[in-house]
Amino acid sequence: MTSPTKAEGSGSTVVLDPELAATSEAEKPKSLEGRSPGQLMWQRFRRDRTGMFCAGVVIFYFVIALCAPLLTAISGTNPYTLYGQDPTYADTPVLDDFGLPLGYFGGVSGEHWFGVEPQYGRDLFAMLVYGMRTSLFMALGVTGLLMVTGVIIGLIGGYFGGRTDYWIGRVTDFFLSFPQQLFFIAFMPVVTAFFVDPREETPTYFRALAILIVLWLLGWMGMARLVRSTVLSLREREFVEAAKVSGASPWRIVRKEILPNVVSPILVQFTYQLPSTILTIAFLSFAGVGFVEPTPDWGRLFAAGARYAEQDPAFMFFPGLALVIFILCFNLLGDSVRDAFDPKSGR
Amino acid sequence: MLQFIIRRLAGAVVTLFLIGAATFFLFVAAPSDYASLACGRDCSAARLEDIREALGLNLPIAQQFWQFMSGIVTGRDFPDGHCAAPCLGQSFHSGDMVWDTIIDRFPTTLTLTAGGAICFLVIGVGAGMLAAYRRGSMLDKVATGASMVLSSFQIYFLGPIVLVIFVYSTGLMEDPKYTPITEDPVAWFIGMSIPVVVMATIFTAQYTRMARAAMIEQLAEEHVRTARAKGMSKKYVFFRYAWRGSMIPIVTVLGIDISSMLGGAVVTEITFSLQGIGRLAVEGAGSKDLPLTMGVMMFGAFFILMVNILTDIAYAYIDPRVRLS
Repeated sequence: MTSPTKAEGSGSTVVLDPELAATSEAEKPKSLEGRSPGQLMWQRFRRDRTGMFCAGVVIFYFVIALCAPLLTAISGTNPYTLYGQDPTYADTPVLDDFGLPLGYFGGVSGEHWFGVEPQYGRDLFAMLVYGMRTSLFMALGVTGLLMVTGVIIGLIGGYFGGRTDYWIGRVTDFFLSFPQQLFFIAFMPVVTAFFVDPREETPTYFRALAILIVLWLLGWMGMARLVRSTVLSLREREFVEAAKVSGASPWRIVRKEILPNVVSPILVQFTYQLPSTILTIAFLSFAGVGFVEPTPDWGRLFAAGARYAEQDPAFMFFPGLALVIFILCFNLLGDSVRDAFDPKSGR
Repeated sequence: MLQFIIRRLAGAVVTLFLIGAATFFLFVAAPSDYASLACGRDCSAARLEDIREALGLNLPIAQQFWQFMSGIVTGRDFPDGHCAAPCLGQSFHSGDMVWDTIIDRFPTTLTLTAGGAICFLVIGVGAGMLAAYRRGSMLDKVATGASMVLSSFQIYFLGPIVLVIFVYSTGLMEDPKYTPITEDPVAWFIGMSIPVVVMATIFTAQYTRMARAAMIEQLAEEHVRTARAKGMSKKYVFFRYAWRGSMIPIVTVLGIDISSMLGGAVVTEITFSLQGIGRLAVEGAGSKDLPLTMGVMMFGAFFILMVNILTDIAYAYIDPRVRLS
């Protein structure tokens, strides 16, 4: 699944590194154990130009999301102001009589860098940076929660084995057989109803909480399976047995012997999970059950884009391009991280 | 073999029951009282009671659940008619039988999923294999690069772009719509071609990458090398030996992907305003229509479980080493 160019790039070190990592684990004293493979990984990663570039792009997006208020202060716009309808801005019209943006390409101008939304005249640049803020940080929270849950469940199943593992496995299978997207759509309103009376306006943070709960409930299984299978093979290794014989408690073995060894698959999985969570959140807003007006959100921009596609196709351009670049870089970054941790996987 | 199928089917029934139970109790536990929603803001207590009575919401929850579950097997009688065996109840909102509504809408979703699957399997796997066959060539680079970029597109972005290009600005094609295949196969094909192609594009890219990787892995296998060493032609070995082995991971992922394909169909339906299962779920959830939501969920789960069983059976045919037990 990796592009062929990378494999040749990391030539000679490839053969040596896993052995180095293995010896550092088994023989060297504990103080070096965690650091050394991490450093090796970092060295390999730094040599991967695609990976470094993509990491830069991804960080750039997060910085934009973090600095959204600053950026909109520079552009002098605001994601909530209706520039097309607000009488304060009557002397600088942005929409024509049909509610379509004036000027070229969706009304791109000095004030409105990415143009304006038809009908309302909201500033697309402000909506996009704030939307990215909502999506990225929301996804970060959800993914973190998924990861922790999956790791805990996987560790318990893999380490204790036997009946515990069997039942955890059955529960995981059960959750996997849910029609995920249908469930998301069907249960968003229901979960929201837990917090707010359906006839009243739902505050945005309750919506965010509902999204978090729904995605969390149906998202931990992949991680749990991955950790379980890794732990299962680690459990039989000599160093774990040595720790057991020397009388270490299960908690200590899990924490000190097993957990450091599952860090790399967890990290790789994280870089794949985060973009997919972002897309799921966008999907919810697109389907109309996630964030709603007037909360700026990436997915909501696509719902609006599809609605305006016939009259104002330019509206979709910037949000869409931003998403494609982001997902592309994140996927490439995921591949690079995987190659850096596990050089054998590179082809 | 038969034993395996029977056991898997029994497992599927249990899973369906549990999904039904989870859906039902989540819905009921949430304070989303349909009756008061249907009744409106200024609602008299008597009228509210009438609505409850009519919908059967005044019965104990356990009994409501039992009615629903037994209705699937035996059918149910409603004041305004009988609902035959796989009865998923009656929609609160429209009063239609849920099963009939689903059967009415399902062909759209099935066209998307099956049509999409055929497209991306033929094009995606084909391109991936070609890329592996001519590894390192221009073709390989283009295929890998294009699949990387295309897999980063989303249906809700690509869909409107395609609509703008082919429908809104040039008028080359009509707005996508579903015509039953039994009525007019040509209209069915033309109407659904844009949604199917858009949906397949997203998946094609993934399968190109996967097929290429699986093929390259297979070509490094010893039996392939031995066959080549014996003097068999590259083509023969490639298509007879490596191809078979590389199908196993693809079938595995295909089985896992069924759920996300159903999800993809949902997005596609919403993007192109098609009336399928996905939109039904949106409608059911929006109007707090318990039987409709339950029905769609159970139907979706049933579909996924069935495809998974078929995938497992397909394994045994592709790889004789696999024993179903």
